Amino acid sequence: MEKHDGGDTGEVRFDDPWYDALASGWGELDGTGAPAPAVPAARAQHEPRAGGAADVYLEVQRSAAFQEVRSRYRRFVIPAVAVFFPWYVGYVVTATTAPGFMARPVAGAVNVALLAGLGQFLTTFLLAWAYARHARLRRDRAALDLRWDTQELTRHVRGGER
Amino acid sequence: MTGNHQTLALLLFSAFVAVTLAITTWVSRNRHGSEEEFYAGGRLFSPMENGFAISGDYMSAASFLGVTGLISLYGYDGLLYVVGFFVAWLVVLFLVAELVRNCGRFTLADVVAARMSERPVRIAAGTSSVTVSVLYLVAQMVGAGSLVALLLGGTSDAARNWTVIGVGALMVIYVSLGGMRATTWIQIVKAVLLLGGAVALTVLVLVRFHGNVNELLRSAADRSGHGMAFLAPGLKYGGDWTARFDFISLGLALVLGTAGLPHILARFYTVPTARAARRSVVWSIGLIGGFYLMTIVLGFGAAAIVGPETVRASNAAGNTAVPLLALDLGGGADSTGGTVLFAVVAAIAFATILAVVAGITLASSASVAHDLYTSLRRRHAKPRSEVAVARAAAVGVGVVAIALGLLARDLNVAFLVGLAFAVAASANLPVLLYSLFWRSFTTRGAVWAVYGGLVPALVLVVLSPVVSGSPESLFPGVDFQYFPLQNPGLVSIPLGFLAGWLGTVTSAEEPDEAKHAETEVRALTGAGAV
Repeated sequence: MEKHDGGDTGEVRFDDPWYDALASGWGELDGTGAPAPAVPAARAQHEPRAGGAADVYLEVQRSAAFQEVRSRYRRFVIPAVAVFFPWYVGYVVTATTAPGFMARPVAGAVNVALLAGLGQFLTTFLLAWAYARHARLRRDRAALDLRWDTQELTRHVRGGER
Repeated sequence: MTGNHQTLALLLFSAFVAVTLAITTWVSRNRHGSEEEFYAGGRLFSPMENGFAISGDYMSAASFLGVTGLISLYGYDGLLYVVGFFVAWLVVLFLVAELVRNCGRFTLADVVAARMSERPVRIAAGTSSVTVSVLYLVAQMVGAGSLVALLLGGTSDAARNWTVIGVGALMVIYVSLGGMRATTWIQIVKAVLLLGGAVALTVLVLVRFHGNVNELLRSAADRSGHGMAFLAPGLKYGGDWTARFDFISLGLALVLGTAGLPHILARFYTVPTARAARRSVVWSIGLIGGFYLMTIVLGFGAAAIVGPETVRASNAAGNTAVPLLALDLGGGADSTGGTVLFAVVAAIAFATILAVVAGITLASSASVAHDLYTSLRRRHAKPRSEVAVARAAAVGVGVVAIALGLLARDLNVAFLVGLAFAVAASANLPVLLYSLFWRSFTTRGAVWAVYGGLVPALVLVVLSPVVSGSPESLFPGVDFQYFPLQNPGLVSIPLGFLAGWLGTVTSAEEPDEAKHAETEVRALTGAGAV
């Protein structure tokens, strides 16, 4: 697990080669700054206990910083799935059960069915863009901080055991 | 089909084979033989490269030839396929890509096994991954066979069989010599070729109609003989309720299956981080969406320009609509333009099949070596020997796929692809989502989720009209058809989820709080990811 990060992970905070520094800068402007400080606090408390790697993950999972990242993820993904999945299933069911409605002409040769099909493409593009933007602005920085903090904690625990 | 087409197409195709073999040798020149390198290409591809490779893996001959053919014959009902294939990427982007990249190493089973008792879970997930891959492989092999039959102008059995064998041999060479790095570059080259070809044909179609899409749709509807009904759903799936439920079943399988396809999941491990995995999916959504929009234009274009009766005369399933369209757009059968364009399209279709089979072979050899072999042989295999097993597994998978491809060559390609998606959605998706998101999921739940989706999906197919009981089935002489639908998804996907839930609530095992915490933290932050 630690194959690559066995060294001083703490120093290489942004060694992600594909991290878009320019784009990620936007995230700091909208007042959703990374709520990372909760985790270093957890580290300070538990370093002496040296409870094992499993405890580290439990500890991080309970930390406010992680809960925040998780709830941001869920607050986007759950509504988004609740929108696109029923919209797709509704589209398929309507196409198979109500072809008459789908055949209703709208403009020229374009009918409801064609508009609905293009609508599926449009919502997919839009939701993908919105998800990527949300993740970049609201999760990436906080998740990266948590990642290094967690790895730091695991490394300390492992070191203590040996 | 004159000799000119064939010669030129074969030349172009040989050029593609030469280029890909060169890539394979060049890539394998300084390999170290590590698992990281063989399964994941060293994990150093950029999101854009991986985005192209993902779309190369996903845009199979079934979509390029099959779906355009369906649109040209059945109008709107063909378009329904495309929507399902495309919307599926939201499931991948939201629920799977980043989390799988963070939690796993090489295969689907890695993600599940991290939380569970490793051996039974690996065997289950490995078995279902190999099953899905082989079904998908057979579909592509059958597609390659029919494409050659078309190119050589006849239904020469020998040519068909040798194509299947040749495709199988090439994919084994790519995979066992070049591993993931060669496979990825082949996908990228192929994606660029396929997108280039699609853009060129789409522009030619639109130019023919002076950029007037309304005119294109109208001519397609007039030429189809169905009038405006051609532009509305119902021509293929509008019959009785069985046909309608069959389509709903297929729609579910398409949208949920993509996230369970082993060769798609394997692609997320070729980038360094979850963020890069997300960005590669965004790239591929852009590329795949653009490609599918173009296939819609090409399908309606083939209906308007070539005409459904000509398409049907050439291949009853419509698989030859795009090559025929290219012939017409280039200036007709006797012109140089037509010959060149036809040959180019045929060569691109070949390249598509080759690249897709290479990707699937790699994923299934990873499942065999990394999941099945390591679990079934309990002695400690050294990393080096696991790669050796994977190379051997690629040969084995190739042989099985060639044999099945020869046996199943009269099966419908689109049906086989739909079946692979249904099995992936029933057996792989429930276990993946449960292990990522359900706190109290247990080992028994995981094993039940896999087999509870896999077994019903396969049994329902055996009992379906595809295998027996109708003139078009595999064994028309006998009748053991007890399940009316061709696609099992509508029943087997809920069964997979149900079995996972049932296995979990009935198991005596206490869910491991710490392991769940580890999975959740790793999935969302990337801590400890390789």
